Amino acid sequence: MRALVGDPKVVCAGGFLLLLALVAILAPLVAPHDPLEQDLMLATVPPAGFSGADPAHLLGTDGLGRDVLSRLIFGSRIALTVALVAAAIAALAGTLLGLLAGYFGGIIDALVSRLVEIWMAFPPVLLSILVVAILGSGIHSVIVAIAIIDWTRFARVVRADTMAQAEMDYVTAARTMGFARAAILFGEILPNVTPLLMALVSLEMGIAVIVEAILSFVGLSVSSDTPTWGGMIAEGRQIIHQAWWVFAAPLVALFLTVLAFNQLGEGLRRALDPVMRR
Amino acid sequence: MLAAIVLRRSLMTIVTLFGVAIVVFLLLRVAPGDPIAMMISPGAGPDDVAALRARYGLDAPPLIQFWIWLHGILMGDFGTSISLRLDVLSLLAERLPATLELSGLALALGVFLGGAIAVIATLLRRSFVAGLIDAVNGLLLAVPDFVWALAFVLVLGVLIPVLPLSGRIDPALETTFVTRFYLVENLVSGRLALAGDILRHMAMPSLALALPLAAVIARILKEALAEAMQQDYVLLARVKGFSELRLVLGEALRNAVGPTLALTGVQFTFLIGGTVIVERIFSYPGIGNMAIDAVINRDLPLIQGLVLVFGLMFLVVNLVIDLAVVALNPKLRHG
Repeated sequence: MRALVGDPKVVCAGGFLLLLALVAILAPLVAPHDPLEQDLMLATVPPAGFSGADPAHLLGTDGLGRDVLSRLIFGSRIALTVALVAAAIAALAGTLLGLLAGYFGGIIDALVSRLVEIWMAFPPVLLSILVVAILGSGIHSVIVAIAIIDWTRFARVVRADTMAQAEMDYVTAARTMGFARAAILFGEILPNVTPLLMALVSLEMGIAVIVEAILSFVGLSVSSDTPTWGGMIAEGRQIIHQAWWVFAAPLVALFLTVLAFNQLGEGLRRALDPVMRR
Repeated sequence: MLAAIVLRRSLMTIVTLFGVAIVVFLLLRVAPGDPIAMMISPGAGPDDVAALRARYGLDAPPLIQFWIWLHGILMGDFGTSISLRLDVLSLLAERLPATLELSGLALALGVFLGGAIAVIATLLRRSFVAGLIDAVNGLLLAVPDFVWALAFVLVLGVLIPVLPLSGRIDPALETTFVTRFYLVENLVSGRLALAGDILRHMAMPSLALALPLAAVIARILKEALAEAMQQDYVLLARVKGFSELRLVLGEALRNAVGPTLALTGVQFTFLIGGTVIVERIFSYPGIGNMAIDAVINRDLPLIQGLVLVFGLMFLVVNLVIDLAVVALNPKLRHG
């Protein structure tokens, strides 16, 4: 824990994500405008600091005169919701299978390991295309696609860590004291696997934010009347020569968010890695 | 010995492709909605529906259906695209060369950049630059191709417009080509102005695809080089008075490439997957761009053909990398 607080990258990344989460939760309070409110008289107003800027629109307005900052703030809701829910489902499924495979071994381990291998042989892009093609577009398909594709990341790592934990004295002690298997697995081993799991979840959330942005960029995520970063980038692309900021603002938000999840995850992993810790 | 490994790996590739085919077949049949309902033109009667159903073998039991489907695939009959009303196989043949050229260039760029970063970092490992290179590589590792592509659009296409934003070739230059491999054809026939224009169009998408690969190669190759630099043969060469550059390039690199390739193999397939979204961003006329339209239009025959082609590309890349790893590893080669 002390290693984490002392790591400036982790502190910056964590602080940024905390702020982003707050902004997303309080979106209706902090957004200066209604993200859907159009004003064609005020279309493509440049951001503050550029000639022709309007102080009421800090990051300017888009082609329909909507406030870019407000859309960005509301867009963070979709990004973080997908990241949280998809990563949670993938983590839940992957962890459960990884715990069972790592602790019980034998046929369960063989089954899970084979399943993971088959899954990993299937390229993620194809899988996500297929899932969205089958389920249709929408935020639910996006979440399901991410969870279906990425549970293997958790299963693999948790399985290996569970196998290592199961060898340790505290597990042997618990077994000798007559603890039930489920109690050992979920009460003893799981808490010790959790720190590693946190690192994976953080990395996974970064991936999920990107996947959601890609799918909303191509119009396969939520409907276009909900502001999303990917959707804003796609709209900004249309008028990029007249109003580059409509494109740039969500891109910067996406870049910082992905970087933050990545740095937080890598920082957690570094702090946990006994070799790196020394 | 090598021939036996090649044969075994090739057979495994075919088996895996067969597995991919089964998965595609199953998934597309659990898709909600009647595929026939999407294929028929408005005003078609029940007889037309029944005829189409029989044509695609959808009235047969599943196992027979799979056989009919597989037989069609093996005969090159991928069906007809619902949205484009064209033969899927000829659509794929038309678009695939653009994607192959793009991913080929991106692979070469990624390997070159990643190798260069690792070698430079190794040469300068004791200077203050080392930390800077690590920081840059950390950034490259964290940011995906999608974000690079968009950043290039903004910076190199709009704010400082030095590169074309979309397409494969300037429409004003478009002449008739014999093949669909525009870049290769123009390089071979010596039409360098055309080749240059095509390369300018490929610059941003291929770099966006190359950077994540370069970052992974750089990190792993740097570690492998650091280990190789500690080995006796390098120390011996150093005693002989070889220059640092020659130690890295001539001695250490040769032994670090194999392990690096083995560890970065999966990243090469990620690059091919990345063509889907990167081609979309640059309106590049390859199969990746087409795949997104196919999904938006729920064009099942086209999706099926595309998934099989992508699957084949992934497997071929994996096969080539596995074989290269074997060829580069003296123990495995003679083992």
